[in-house]
Amino acid sequence: MSTVEKGQVMTANRLRDGDAVFLTRAGIWSEKIDDAALVQEPQATAALEARAADAVITNHITGQYLIDAERIDGKIRAALTRERIRTLGPSVRTDLGKQATGTAGAFAAVEG
Amino acid sequence: MYRYDEFDHQFVSERTAQFRDQANRRMSGELTEDEFRPLRLMNGLYLQLHAYMLRVAIPYGTLSGKQMRQLAYIADKYDRGYGHFTTRQNIQYNWIKLEETADILQALADVEMHAIQTSGNCIRNVTTDHWAGAAADELLDPRPIGELIRQWSSLHPEFSFLPRKFKFAITGAPHDRAAVKVHDIGLRAHKNDKGETGWEVMVGGGQGRTPMIAVTVREFLPEKEVIPYMEAIMRVYNLFGRRDNKYKARIKILMHELGAEKFKAEVEAEYARHPVQTTEVEQRELTRIEKYFAQPSFEKMSRFAPHFENAKRENVDFTRWAKNNLATHQVDGYTIVNISLKPEGGIPGDASGEQMRVMATLAERYSFDEMRVSHAQNIVLPHVKLEDTFAIWQVLKANDLAAANYGLIGDIIACPGLDYCALATARSIPIAQAISRKFADVKKQEEYGPVKLNISGCINACGHHHVGHIGILGLDKKGEEFYQITLGGSSSENASIGTILGPGFAAHEVPDAIETILNTYVKLREPGEEFLGAYRRLGPKPFKEALYATA
Amino acid sequence: MPLLKNNQFVNDEWTRVADADALPEGAKIIVNSARLIQDWDLLAKYTGLLGVSIANNERAEILTPYLSQLSLIVLNFPAYTDGRAYSQAKDLRLDGYRGELRAEGNLLLDQFQFMHQVGFDSFAVNERFALQQWQAASKQMSLAYQRGLFRISGEREVWSQRHQGFAPWEEQPHAG
Ligand code: HEM
Ligand code: SF4
Repeated sequence: MSTVEKGQVMTANRLRDGDAVFLTRAGIWSEKIDDAALVQEPQATAALEARAADAVITNHITGQYLIDAERIDGKIRAALTRERIRTLGPSVRTDLGKQATGTAGAFAAVEG
Repeated sequence: MYRYDEFDHQFVSERTAQFRDQANRRMSGELTEDEFRPLRLMNGLYLQLHAYMLRVAIPYGTLSGKQMRQLAYIADKYDRGYGHFTTRQNIQYNWIKLEETADILQALADVEMHAIQTSGNCIRNVTTDHWAGAAADELLDPRPIGELIRQWSSLHPEFSFLPRKFKFAITGAPHDRAAVKVHDIGLRAHKNDKGETGWEVMVGGGQGRTPMIAVTVREFLPEKEVIPYMEAIMRVYNLFGRRDNKYKARIKILMHELGAEKFKAEVEAEYARHPVQTTEVEQRELTRIEKYFAQPSFEKMSRFAPHFENAKRENVDFTRWAKNNLATHQVDGYTIVNISLKPEGGIPGDASGEQMRVMATLAERYSFDEMRVSHAQNIVLPHVKLEDTFAIWQVLKANDLAAANYGLIGDIIACPGLDYCALATARSIPIAQAISRKFADVKKQEEYGPVKLNISGCINACGHHHVGHIGILGLDKKGEEFYQITLGGSSSENASIGTILGPGFAAHEVPDAIETILNTYVKLREPGEEFLGAYRRLGPKPFKEALYATA
Repeated sequence: MPLLKNNQFVNDEWTRVADADALPEGAKIIVNSARLIQDWDLLAKYTGLLGVSIANNERAEILTPYLSQLSLIVLNFPAYTDGRAYSQAKDLRLDGYRGELRAEGNLLLDQFQFMHQVGFDSFAVNERFALQQWQAASKQMSLAYQRGLFRISGEREVWSQRHQGFAPWEEQPHAG
């Protein structure tokens, strides 16, 4: 039986290079979705939003938003195809993006 | 080809310096993202799914070998070794860093290129016929007026904060290869009895979520009036275009809501309100520009090219490529070479840095150092001796550039879709790849004849799906990608918007659905009748029946 | 809110008079367009200087009959992305208006030169940017392709330069 935990993850693009990044519990922006804080409680999402707003002010990230996701056996799966593509790179160029640099998410853009 | 003079050079380098300053102010926090966004967009810089995306203008689609080499250099140094040629005769790079963008703009300026106004609510890159200056049916070369409009629209103080983006397309030939009727303003050349040039002005075409065919507001605008008349149209649009809803902000909606007659009356009233004393400077400038587009020094040759004929006798693959990818040139002994960027299973419009250099070398050696980007995402060598085509083909073949499918079902237009684009609702490239694999055999493609198949990854229609003979629109249904098929669109002089056939298809069903459509056409066509003609005669019914019969 | 004119901060001597308020004698007053038109008989005889402010969805032509008696026209940029006032300004200048033309609203540095070029010559700016920043912003580009612009910072018109013997289209506006 796999364990499944639903929640939300804060994501953004890094200002300097535009890379997709995810907010961790430690308040660091990681390139890898599996490092992200997955939260459920309104208080916790509010805390992520506040952190992200700070990171906007310090010009680290831009375009932040929350995405729906679930953690399955320790790996985070974004709900939307779009977001899974962001955790991987283009599905038509698997030699590029996170999927080529060891920072990919664990779930394919489209399963099956 | 147009060449920058000291003014153009200075203009672009000042603009680059300005952007460097803006980007630094953004990174230091002096500018907020909200303030910076329109500035970076005015310089072609978007934020996409994986990184920034830079769109570089290739004005009226014309570039030299040196410029193409620089595009290759940028691809290799600042991107991931490739670029995407688009339906707007631009090139897009997908992996750009904000901190390197000013350096890229400088590299472009070094070869007389820029990214100015490739995005934002301003006048965008002017597009034209990719066979301009070469096509046999051409009345005149549309690029000089295109260059005049490029200059006039560059950092136009009055028209840089329009309600929405604004696109010009220009054709100098009766057969429209520039899709002028689906642009905000389309211009088509005419000559009057006295041999003077005038431009038919078409306004309010467009694609996106409300596709519309442009309305002619002037049948014959004397050439010397083009700039002031464009100012009048732009002013009416700037003042009265809707700003309350960005989906209703294009000029086509203003035209639609006012009605064509009222719109024309507004423009004519504005035009009459401030009569221009003289446009002599504009005319002199046009004459200056025209010199740059003088025909290259073609050799006098016979129409019969023995070497070419021999090569065809000896090589079927070459024969096939020559039949599909060459087009008639104005000058005997010359031809237009269309390089398809649509290899079987490839990504439409993508070219590697290496391929760009190969094409640059071919242009330098065989085509008077000139090449074009077509709105169908292909590259054109406009002025090639028939006798040289075999040598060219061999080089192309060695570099995966010899797909013989120009104008056929394999020559698919596709936008980047959900693989790259932040606005996408579905992927478009994998659909294009699956279709091109399904119809890999060019012999089979030839049986279907000329078919334009266009794919967009969302309703914005960057992939021209509304005007594809067959259009495919990628949508999202409860988290699943699915694809709607339209038939009967066209961007030619007889432009039309495609009709939706019925319920959409899952990605894996699309290639078969396309085959069903094509087979239905083959079954019902009259001798010599092309796909679009047959559709126009038959209407959607038989295609619907064939597609949904088993469902 | 500081007022910028000729690239210097100056005192704003103009007073806005609300629709219902009485007109102060011999002052410099700004009324809005509705009042200008409605009370024209009275305003035509006004003892001070007359200014008007119009919204950016009004046609600049409504002011045509009054232009010779106006000393200030105020145009508005409710958002920096809303470029209607550029065309209103251009329209007024083409109509021959030579008094002070003021931009107010959301004015950013990077649009400052464009505003000059369509004929604005005074700017109600916010306090965020220092004077030197405005001064620098007014001459970011030293060239313009368009003709008929107001070129406060001495930009050169490319086309007129290329084809010597053609004077730029239009005289510079008098600062009001
Ligand atoms: C990847 C980033 C892109 C974004 C964010 C984007 C955005 C848009 C949007 C929002 C529209 C609809 C405009 C409207 O209806 O008012 C549009 C239309 C269009 N775009 Fe793109 N686009 C992108 C890429 C492309 C590419 C790659 C091409 C060329 C292949 C392209 C060419 C066009 C064309 C031809 C239209 C339709 C004509 C029009 O309505 O202007 N775009 N785009
Ligand atoms: S059509 Fe949609 S998905 Fe395709 S490039 Fe345009 S905005 Fe992106």
